[in-house]
Amino acid sequence: MSDTKSTTHEAHPDTSKPAEVGTPIIEVVDIGKRYGSVIALSEVTTSVRAGEVTCVLGDNGAGKSTFIKILAGAHEHTDGTLNIDGVSRHLASPRVALDLGIATVYQDLAVVPLMPVWRNFFLGSEPTTGFGPFKKLDVATMKKTTKSELAAMGIDLRDVDQPIGTLSGGERQCVAIARAVYFGARVLILDEPTAALGVKQSGVVLKYIAKARERGLGVVFITHNPHHAYPVGDRFMLLRRGKSMGDFPKSEITLDELTAMMAGGAELEALSHELSRELGADSEVAKKMELAVEDAEA
Amino acid sequence: MATATAAPDERLATTSLVGRLLKRPEIGALIAAIAVFIFFAVVTDTFATAGGASTWLRTSSTIGVMAVAVAVLMIGGEFDLSAGAMTGFTGLVVGVLTTEYGLNIWAAMVVSLALALGIGAINGILVMRTGLPSFIVTLGTFFVLQGVDLAVPKAIIGQVAIQGMADVPFYDQPKAVFGSAISVLGGNVYASVFWWIGVTALATWILLRTKVGNWIFAVGGAQTASRQIGVPVFKTKVGLFMTTAGAGWLAGMLLLFSVSTVQANTGVGQEFIYIICAVVGGCLLTGGYGSAIGAAFGALIYGMTNQGIVYAGWDNNWLRAFLGVMLLGAVLLNEWVRKRAETSR
Repeated sequence: MSDTKSTTHEAHPDTSKPAEVGTPIIEVVDIGKRYGSVIALSEVTTSVRAGEVTCVLGDNGAGKSTFIKILAGAHEHTDGTLNIDGVSRHLASPRVALDLGIATVYQDLAVVPLMPVWRNFFLGSEPTTGFGPFKKLDVATMKKTTKSELAAMGIDLRDVDQPIGTLSGGERQCVAIARAVYFGARVLILDEPTAALGVKQSGVVLKYIAKARERGLGVVFITHNPHHAYPVGDRFMLLRRGKSMGDFPKSEITLDELTAMMAGGAELEALSHELSRELGADSEVAKKMELAVEDAEA
Repeated sequence: MATATAAPDERLATTSLVGRLLKRPEIGALIAAIAVFIFFAVVTDTFATAGGASTWLRTSSTIGVMAVAVAVLMIGGEFDLSAGAMTGFTGLVVGVLTTEYGLNIWAAMVVSLALALGIGAINGILVMRTGLPSFIVTLGTFFVLQGVDLAVPKAIIGQVAIQGMADVPFYDQPKAVFGSAISVLGGNVYASVFWWIGVTALATWILLRTKVGNWIFAVGGAQTASRQIGVPVFKTKVGLFMTTAGAGWLAGMLLLFSVSTVQANTGVGQEFIYIICAVVGGCLLTGGYGSAIGAAFGALIYGMTNQGIVYAGWDNNWLRAFLGVMLLGAVLLNEWVRKRAETSR
């Protein structure tokens, strides 16, 4: 890994050294969010530790977005406590979260497709050389750093000058992750990074998540796919209808249990009964449904 | 910086100079400019002479100063339809203040610049605060300026053109800066040509080698993403509108001091010429891509065609038809280039 930080960029002081693996960075206790009378999220408890991946699983509308918005500083929580490095906090803006080393990589990735990779990498925090009106971009450092930081994440780019739009979805995701890491993130929040990707590309992104964990970062991995979450996750928090269904270390839950909980065993069973009533017990669909229920319960 | 020269990646074929040039957004305009030059040089006798060249360079340069500024604004994802009327407005302000109120000519120019920058700031703030397309906002400013350009001089000096500009005290000083010419090889090179080159060089440097340039490409290419990543979108955009208005002032001064008069309708209709030059120079209408040098070539094509048609003895109206065809051709070419840049690997 390159340690050549640019001349004008200063990493956050607390982030210069990665914390010891397993040290809790973020702890949320019974956290909740109400928008007026609408309860979007309630009683969620989990933790994000250095060098570990916390997976947040849930179906659409389960409250995943609300949860990451609280951590990212986009919305303040209304109930419970959010401890960062043991200090109770309310994150008022994404800037505050960033200053605490919490970086969010959104689904749209915040990249400008037509700009070269190296310009995207440093966008908003460009290093410069020279004085006053002659201040210019330190292009050599920018290109070199981009290449070496991406290499550290295992992405070997032919040419950092190519527009970022020419990269594959997975590679773009990884550039966004590498950028967050370089600019001092200790906690990475990844919002459904594999949702729009094919099987192979998802694998690539999972590899980089593992890479980020190896580098000592705490990762919050939001997904609705237990098959993506289980291989890289250390801790699994399940959300359903704005409520936590539990927070499990990997040692306490198997992939099958996770899948069953995700699929909502009880709900699946109810659906199966309903189908067999409406279509007749020997209908093709109803039979398949029953098998699925048996699978989920097994 | 000593270690910056990493060994070139072996998967990259050593790109030839030609190969690298072909990737630049301004390449189409450069080739078209050469073609136009050769065409008129062959068809007419006067085009390629020093005297002929000084005329078309002059036309190109006054258009070019604005075309470059409009190109930078378009890279930032916005339009300014008031850019043409602004050149007349700034000239009129200086004319009225000096000939009617006897204000010092330099002071009048400073007032004019301040007004231009103010209008640019209003354009920018309106666009950013209301979220309306700049096309609509600046169309409004354009009509306001067009009306003001006619009504205010009429009310104050009783006519719609400035008279007696050359008799204003110290007129020679700004004339030397904006309206003089030096003799080169039997032809005249006007001051505007140097301003044009200077503005193009400055704009290119800002776009490609400064933080602000990075931000301009970013806000034009993906505004929401730029905001998320911490680019000061509001400041960048308002600054762009002010720069375009400032360039309008410069073009206004170049016109005022080269012909010693300015009319109320000066510049009206030119706003589309600037946009055409910028697009021919490789700017995308959707923002985020383009080049200042390309816009300068676009202006060169315009200036050469404008004069070339006169030298060839054709009906002048063919210029418009030619511009229209060139614009469509350029847009199609740019779209093709953009699609390749965004998707090809």
